[in-house]
Amino acid sequence: MEKIILCIKGVPKPGTVKVDPVTHTLKRDSLELILNPPDRQAVEMAVRLKENYGLKVTVITMGPPNVIPLLKEVYGIGADEMVLLSDRAFAGADTLATSYVLAEAIKKMSPYSLVLMGLKSIDGETSQVPPETAALLGLPSITNVKTVLKERNNWVVLRQTEYGEEELEVEPPFVASVLPEAFDYLRPPSLKRLLEVKEKDPLVFTAKDLGLSSEKLGLNGSPTQVVDVFEKKFEAKGQVLEGEPSFLVEKLISVLEQKGLIHR
Amino acid sequence: MIDYGLNDTQKLLVDLIKRIGEEYIKPYALEWDEKEVYNERPIKALAQADFFGIIVPKEYGGLGLGSLEMCLAVEHLSYYCAGVSTTYAASFLGAYPIIFFGNQEQKAHYLPRIAKGESLCAFALTEPQAGSDAFGIKTTAKKEGDYYVLNGVKQWITNGGIADIYVVIALTDPSKGARGASAFIVEKGDPGFTVGKKEKKLGLRTSVTTELFFNDCVIPKSRLLAKEGMGFIVALKTLDYARCGAGAQAVGIAQAAMEISLKHASSRIQFGQPVYQFQAVSHTFADMAMKIEASRSLLYSVARFIDRGAKDFSGASSMVKCFATDVAMWVTERAIQMMGGLGYMRDYPVQKYFRDAKCLQIYEGTNEIQRNVIARELLKHYK
Repeated sequence: MEKIILCIKGVPKPGTVKVDPVTHTLKRDSLELILNPPDRQAVEMAVRLKENYGLKVTVITMGPPNVIPLLKEVYGIGADEMVLLSDRAFAGADTLATSYVLAEAIKKMSPYSLVLMGLKSIDGETSQVPPETAALLGLPSITNVKTVLKERNNWVVLRQTEYGEEELEVEPPFVASVLPEAFDYLRPPSLKRLLEVKEKDPLVFTAKDLGLSSEKLGLNGSPTQVVDVFEKKFEAKGQVLEGEPSFLVEKLISVLEQKGLIHR
Repeated sequence: MIDYGLNDTQKLLVDLIKRIGEEYIKPYALEWDEKEVYNERPIKALAQADFFGIIVPKEYGGLGLGSLEMCLAVEHLSYYCAGVSTTYAASFLGAYPIIFFGNQEQKAHYLPRIAKGESLCAFALTEPQAGSDAFGIKTTAKKEGDYYVLNGVKQWITNGGIADIYVVIALTDPSKGARGASAFIVEKGDPGFTVGKKEKKLGLRTSVTTELFFNDCVIPKSRLLAKEGMGFIVALKTLDYARCGAGAQAVGIAQAAMEISLKHASSRIQFGQPVYQFQAVSHTFADMAMKIEASRSLLYSVARFIDRGAKDFSGASSMVKCFATDVAMWVTERAIQMMGGLGYMRDYPVQKYFRDAKCLQIYEGTNEIQRNVIARELLKHYK
């Protein structure tokens, strides 16, 4: 049976994020994890492809064991198999180190027809993992995907471009990142499947299981180093002009002139 | 405030229905009410989440759960919108007769579609001249060879037009009165079956209520449920089961009304303090909370009583329906009062809860009829 690899990410629920003022890292203990919202588009696409073409869906994520409920949620929506990539050595991974682990794990799952991911994560917002994973796998990367259709042996993919749309015919396997606006209706999990998955555990792979080289993992394997995380402050600066009306008019006009807003 | 000892399945069910409420209903409920439009997105989500299969036996693709689970789903759905929960719960009204009285073939044909939420159901008993006096129906079903021919009008039918499957009570032998009624399955598109105008309502405005017309409507004789003459037994048993659903709606609405008005009262400053600090206000909330928990306790107790296989529970389910819906009416009215002018404005949902709650005292047997049932059962019980 043909297979879809569906990559998802657990992200902090907006509003629950607290930053440690000393280390500039996220306070993990206060975090509530949710399924990265753009990933729900990839999940919907995977489940629709499963319905239309009878593909099997393997959902995969990298993270500590507290992301397991998210894998179960995606199983509830329609995935058939859950895989967790979990190892202390993965901690602190940037997009490259993450893509390395994902690519190595995906290689182990061959054969597969396509890899689906959300376009970006709402915490990092880089959109880099899908194309980086494709590059490491040596596969075509198609970003901003709106629809995926299977036509005989090939796949026809419609992607959003800056000024329009592009239709591509691609031989499997390939990696696609799904546009956050691809579907305007996203299905909820099914109660039956959630009850079924309660007793199921995901397959877990560590760095050793995957035979990964430690210098490419976690912080060691991450060329991106976060120097600082801070909250951006916006300040509105008001200016108060005082004096006689005639003086004020002149003053106001000159201020506006200085700012280049009006010309006399 | 009270732990009702729900099991893991029930907790999972509640979590999921809340999620559906937050995502597919909450942002839109006021707009649907204002425009008086039916929207199928929450119904589609409920279907995909298996909520139409709650009470359908497992062998027909359902979850095979009981009354308590049905009530939990309806309660928490009603917290977000009682109009949506009316569409949902009224579908059970049409499904119960098939579950309880359908033969093998009828169950195998209809229940899998119902469980998947592919087909909504409706239950048609009420007629223009036969409301509380249900025995006064005039719709007839005349047997002609392998067919029945239906003639008559049904009124105020929830899910009229959007349902695919209708359970219709009609007289097969008008000379026998109540014993001459039978229950039939009528499908959308059957010849001679048409749907009348959509009613304009005070509340529950995102649910669809219509008339149904049967004008020489011809259906195969295999659509008869149970036997000829069993119509009112089918109807009464269905209503016995469904009454808890109306109680569950009431608990959900009342809970929502209390929460939103409580939030307001504890942040609205008048005379230098939150209005909640005034005893007249805080005691009102204490009364709300007591009454809501009393409703909920009664609802869960009776639902569990039914799920344990109770045979005679007409009085018990009437108590739930009557008590909880009267409480919802009182709580929603007080919730408006606790919010003052804001409560009266249509930008806020409490006025919607108030309008929605009113219908619960009327439909599925008026609360006056419920008191009649309770009074009748009392004499049987304490003879």
